[in-house]
Amino acid sequence: MRKHLCATSAKLVAQTDRAWRRRRSHFVQLIGAAGVALLAACGTGATTIAPAASTTGFPLTIKGGNGVTITLAKRPSHIVSLSPTATEMLFAISAGSQVVAVDDQSNYPSSAPMTKLSGFQPNIEAITTYSPDLVGASDDSGGHVHGLSGANIPVLIEPAAKDLNGAYAEIQQLGMATGHEANANSVVQKMRSDVATVVASVRKPPRPLSVYHELDETHYSATSHTFIGQAYSLLGLRNIADNASGSVPDYPQLSAEFIVSANPDLIVLADTKCCHQDARTIAARPGWSAVAAVKRGEIVAADDDIASRWGPRFVDFLRLVGQHVAELERQASAPATSG
Amino acid sequence: MSAEAPSILAAVELRGLPRLTWGWTAVGLAFLAVALGIGVLVGPVRTSPGDVLLALLSALHVRGAPGLADPGQASILWSLRLPRVVLGAIVGGMLATAGAAYQGVFRNPLADPYLLGAAAGAELGATLAIAFLAAASPAFVNVVPVAAFVGATLAVGAAYVLGRTVTGSRNPTTLILAGVAIASFLNAVQIYVQQAQTNSFRQVYTWILGRLVTAGWDGVLLIAPYVALSLAVILAHRRLLDTLGVGDEEAASLGVSARRVRLVVVAAATLGTAAAVAIAGTIAFVGIVIPHTIRLLVGRSYRVVIPLSMLGGAAFLVLADAAARSVASPAEVPIGVITALVGAPFFVAVMRSTRAAAM
Repeated sequence: MRKHLCATSAKLVAQTDRAWRRRRSHFVQLIGAAGVALLAACGTGATTIAPAASTTGFPLTIKGGNGVTITLAKRPSHIVSLSPTATEMLFAISAGSQVVAVDDQSNYPSSAPMTKLSGFQPNIEAITTYSPDLVGASDDSGGHVHGLSGANIPVLIEPAAKDLNGAYAEIQQLGMATGHEANANSVVQKMRSDVATVVASVRKPPRPLSVYHELDETHYSATSHTFIGQAYSLLGLRNIADNASGSVPDYPQLSAEFIVSANPDLIVLADTKCCHQDARTIAARPGWSAVAAVKRGEIVAADDDIASRWGPRFVDFLRLVGQHVAELERQASAPATSG
Repeated sequence: MSAEAPSILAAVELRGLPRLTWGWTAVGLAFLAVALGIGVLVGPVRTSPGDVLLALLSALHVRGAPGLADPGQASILWSLRLPRVVLGAIVGGMLATAGAAYQGVFRNPLADPYLLGAAAGAELGATLAIAFLAAASPAFVNVVPVAAFVGATLAVGAAYVLGRTVTGSRNPTTLILAGVAIASFLNAVQIYVQQAQTNSFRQVYTWILGRLVTAGWDGVLLIAPYVALSLAVILAHRRLLDTLGVGDEEAASLGVSARRVRLVVVAAATLGTAAAVAIAGTIAFVGIVIPHTIRLLVGRSYRVVIPLSMLGGAAFLVLADAAARSVASPAEVPIGVITALVGAPFFVAVMRSTRAAAM
């Protein structure tokens, strides 16, 4: 019954996900609140179901993020992952040994068998040469679901999660699909407790600190309604990208003027790899020397990949930002020593 | 048929063309002044004319000038908004003038500054620089405008050489076709590189959509010399463009080498377009809509169209950019979207009203 409810909620999520237009992982998609709430319930409840033997539970029927039901006759042993996030999740739940190939963007962990397969322009023939019994992907933008289904290869879509509960549900679904449910549950539990620890380590200041999250040097940003943006709401930060009136998308392009006048206390760079941005290049931008974060050097150089995926390493990102927030709050609460 | 007949006809036709009047010059200058004023005052941060004046005075280190109460605002006005407005004027004026020049040189109303492959070349250059150089080392981030500039000039150069060597004729149509071929080829290479380097996809896409941000005064200073040279050459040739309009043979009978004028004007327009595109990306539509609007409103002589396109294009792009940064403020809308969205209906309206007036 619970399994059925979870599958239904996953379908609900998928249905609200129709306008899926993701080109890169930055352009994550909205998921309906009802579906997320139901998935959250699945996440907490599923921890009680923990079959020890990994080969039991098959054949298994699960519903991916695209609403398509797939049937796995036996535990998959030749998995192809076309999604960097799914790759990270699979290795985190110890299903890595079943993975035979990952796409050209799956650069973590380094032990993942990276190939030239593309998740954006999937070549169905190239995928079939690995004789997969399960293909994981984050979307069907390349139309590979239809093609691979024709070759009797099940494709499990794990779309960009809207929030942590969505990510937990995906980890648990991958656990179910690979016969590592117990591992998946413990990964989720570890994430939950780590998130709680970081959040508890940061005191909420009376005046919320403001943050600017940068996706590239043309000032694309992420609001608090995004997966990565929830890091800031968890830490009690005010995201300057939220200041927009209702019509602005989740990943707005801000103007330099607006950022400088918003005067954020903290700048988080998710463009250190793509665009080689760092504290020095930020300070050198015309007009930016007036920004509080630049003056105090509170510029967080994040890993683009971690900041654009919804996998287990979100905790690392949260911890990194949390350290800077704690430091800012120490400075704010310390009595002024000079003057 | 003697050589004098076309010569006389051409001379008569040229004499009938309207000249630039002081009245229209004043209108053009006033339009640009209003646009600059709006551009400076409109944006996510509210400013008054007094603020702008104070920011200007303090940035220029005028003695005894009172500073702006908020130094952050002064920095926004001087470092971010003013260079953007000035850049918009330079790029808009350049693209409109280059568009008018291309239309004159090729006697083709659909010609725009990107006709001979300048945009495709710039896009390929920028894509290669973003995907390979900038991705490899932070030291190469500033290479992107240079690569775009080189790409644009090489593309047009290749089109010119190809157009001449294929037939050797003096027919400008051959040159246009060569430009189309070069542009298609370079576009294909650009798309191939972009697909193979998905990591840089968004940066490339943002670049192609066009924007007037991030460069600051450096960007203005970088392209100002090229644009100034290009505009000077095109302005100096505005009478010869009229002569070209009566046909190559007729121009020759008036002692004008159509081929030489074409080479010089195309080279100048390409230099300026390449510089504008290098900083601002491939902003569409300005090069077509502005010259035609001037033609419909004032007259078709290049003595009128060239200088007024310069003023009108500058004003138009400054206004388009003001809209780009305030329509969805604090988010930005790509400026190319604004130029087409506002420009196309405006152009249709001008076309309809002038036709109605003519009838």
